[in-house]
Amino acid sequence: MNIIVCVKQVPDAKDVRLDPKTNTLSREGVESIMNPYDRHALEAAVQLKENYGGTVTVVSMGPPQAEEVLREAVSCGADEAVLVSDRAFAGADTWATTYTLMKAIKKIGTFDLIICGKQAIDGDTAQVGPGLAHRLNIPFVTCIRNITNCEDSLLKAERLMDDGYDVLEIQLPALLTVVKDINEPRVPSLKGKMKAKKISITSMSAEDIGANPEQIGLNGSTTQVVRVFSPEPRGEKTMLTGSVAEQVEQLIEKLEAIQ
Amino acid sequence: MLQINIDACIGCGLCEEECTYEAISVVDGIAEVNDKCTLCGSCVDVCEVEALHIEREEKQVQSDFGDWSGVCVFAEHRNGRIAPVTFELLGIGRQLADDLEVKLSAVLLGSDLSDKASKLIAFGADTVYQVDDTALEDFTDDAYGNVFEDIVREHKPEIVLAGATAIGRSFIPQVATALETGLTADCTELAIRKEDRTLLQTRPAFGGNVMATIECPYSRPQMATVRPMVMKSLPEDQGRKGEIISYTPKPERLQSRVKVLNSVKEDRDQINITEAEIIVSGGRGLDDEKGFALIRELADALGGAVGASRAAVDSEWIPYPHQVGQTGKTVCPKLYIACGISGAIQHIVGMQSSDMIVAINKDPDAPIFDVATCGIVGDLFEVVPMLTEKIKERKTS
Ligand SMILES: Cc1cc2nc3c(=O)[nH]c(=O)nc-3n(C[C@H](O)[C@H](O)[C@H](O)COP(=O)(O)OP(=O)(O)OC[C@H]3O[C@@H](n4cnc5c(N)ncnc54)[C@H](O)[C@@H]3O)c2cc1C
Ligand SMILES: Nc1ncnc2c1ncn2[C@@H]1O[C@H](COP(=O)(O)O)[C@@H](O)[C@H]1O
Repeated sequence: MNIIVCVKQVPDAKDVRLDPKTNTLSREGVESIMNPYDRHALEAAVQLKENYGGTVTVVSMGPPQAEEVLREAVSCGADEAVLVSDRAFAGADTWATTYTLMKAIKKIGTFDLIICGKQAIDGDTAQVGPGLAHRLNIPFVTCIRNITNCEDSLLKAERLMDDGYDVLEIQLPALLTVVKDINEPRVPSLKGKMKAKKISITSMSAEDIGANPEQIGLNGSTTQVVRVFSPEPRGEKTMLTGSVAEQVEQLIEKLEAIQ
Repeated sequence: MLQINIDACIGCGLCEEECTYEAISVVDGIAEVNDKCTLCGSCVDVCEVEALHIEREEKQVQSDFGDWSGVCVFAEHRNGRIAPVTFELLGIGRQLADDLEVKLSAVLLGSDLSDKASKLIAFGADTVYQVDDTALEDFTDDAYGNVFEDIVREHKPEIVLAGATAIGRSFIPQVATALETGLTADCTELAIRKEDRTLLQTRPAFGGNVMATIECPYSRPQMATVRPMVMKSLPEDQGRKGEIISYTPKPERLQSRVKVLNSVKEDRDQINITEAEIIVSGGRGLDDEKGFALIRELADALGGAVGASRAAVDSEWIPYPHQVGQTGKTVCPKLYIACGISGAIQHIVGMQSSDMIVAINKDPDAPIFDVATCGIVGDLFEVVPMLTEKIKERKTS
């Protein structure tokens, strides 16, 4: 089974915080990490490979530094890594991103399965997986929490819903996005780390993938960010004081006021 | 490309501070941009001397937008029930439609829909396009996506809204891609700029630490998914008039490459936390499953749902559908009570937009107090039962 995993390098959300005094984003020590959901996507792919054979190829569209997450993915079990990188890709919204990834994946070749994370923690859109599947004209399912079986190009899996889960049968080739419930990602093995050091990462530019310049990056985007700002600071804060009974009493008064 | 006018730049560093991607820095008194730049534009906005500029090619618009008119809402229906976010969408949809002086329509897909369409009219829709077909009994991205896409193509609304639910977030991106238009996820604010009928879509990013306003300038429809519990629905009015139109999809458009074998309901409390107005959440501070019973009692007394931190879910005190946070659900109830939760950023991002946040924690320095509207420093095993008791007392008196 040939599996492609889409991984994105993102700023670590826990570091991105609003400075309450200046009301600006404090980016002190913001580290770049592999999107947490994509770790689970990769782990799911490596487990499928272990059970059914095949290869795992990781793909990332991003600046040259995104190579770091690709190497990390190799250390955790990926066989091949492709970096889709070009200044012309900058500013891509999900529409331009899915176009670019589609072109790159067609260039990579045939596959049985593509796995993405449920969403990237910087944009939180969850749109790239479904959009990419549509462009490749393959079925997709989002929020997979369990893959139970794979036989004769039929994959059985569970999709997380708001009120429970659905048990599904999916015709391959297909695309899945996964939630963290699906597995516990492994830590890199020593052998994996060695491999990650040595592996040569395939780099693809806009020209390499034959991208139409009008479909990529900022210019290819359908949406436009017109303003970025800090959320309204939260309303008044009160720390209650007094005995426990007094605090509970004050709290009840406040609760009654909003009801 | 981000352009920096080196004559105008004063090297103040505001842009460097603002950039979340570490893509711009002041070197020898002049801002310099590197490869990490995503052209998000936040530096351009903060620059006080207008030294930064993002060049965009003038683009040809898709076609004459004049053909596209009206606001259309996807009415989510599952297991014989309309998802509450649908009524909220009709509420905001009505407002946008009135601002634009156009009609508000709803698209209702499912099987055994009985009188559901008239309910959509009572909540604000002028027209309901309905497809009642057994092929739509289970949700599949293929069938729902194809049929919704066809209806939108045929009726050409200028705005399309759907709930940012498991279903909406799954199939709407595919519809937008098929229609070759933009989609803004998880909006919390929508408004019309009247001059050019543009939908201004505001949404949180970085787990709510940043807000962004987004437009879809070159194509129609303008599409957005909207967070549940943010928009206000209108009161139900049985007197409202509207039209119900049955739509017959082409048979091949109802086919799905994915089969639903079984649908399992797992919510222990019947109330889905993303739809709850009141949530009482518990964390590791509860010590064990028995401790969690206190949370359930308080939630019951308040008529709310039960939430949890990841630590509580990982300890298997409560199943995953109750997890709030980055890897769980994003909620925004009127009241969120956090008991024995430290307030790690991964938890905060899932609940910080709640109207009122109450934190109960014995550690006065717990970060949960930074986002709390009201904080109690104390032992939850003392505070929570007393609170439950008092609330029950008030109810009966
Ligand atoms: C990639 C990633 C994703 C994550 N996603 C999520 C997510 O979606 N949701 C989530 O919640 N977490 C998430 N986490 C985990 C998160 O970082 C925290 O570990 C977790 O939220 C901590 O849960 P907690 O507050 O219940 O536990 P702790 O941090 O252990 O806090 C327990 C609190 O209870 C208080 N306490 C103890 N006893 C009492 C008492 N008797 N009375 C009153 N107070 C008491 C303590 O003072 C303490 O503040 C994620 C982490 C990572 C790395
Ligand atoms: N630039 C990218 N390169 C590779 N994969 C991506 C990229 N952006 C998004 N993805 C994939 O799509 C998923 C959803 O991202 P998003 O739609 O941005 O929330 C991620 O978890 C990744 O698997």
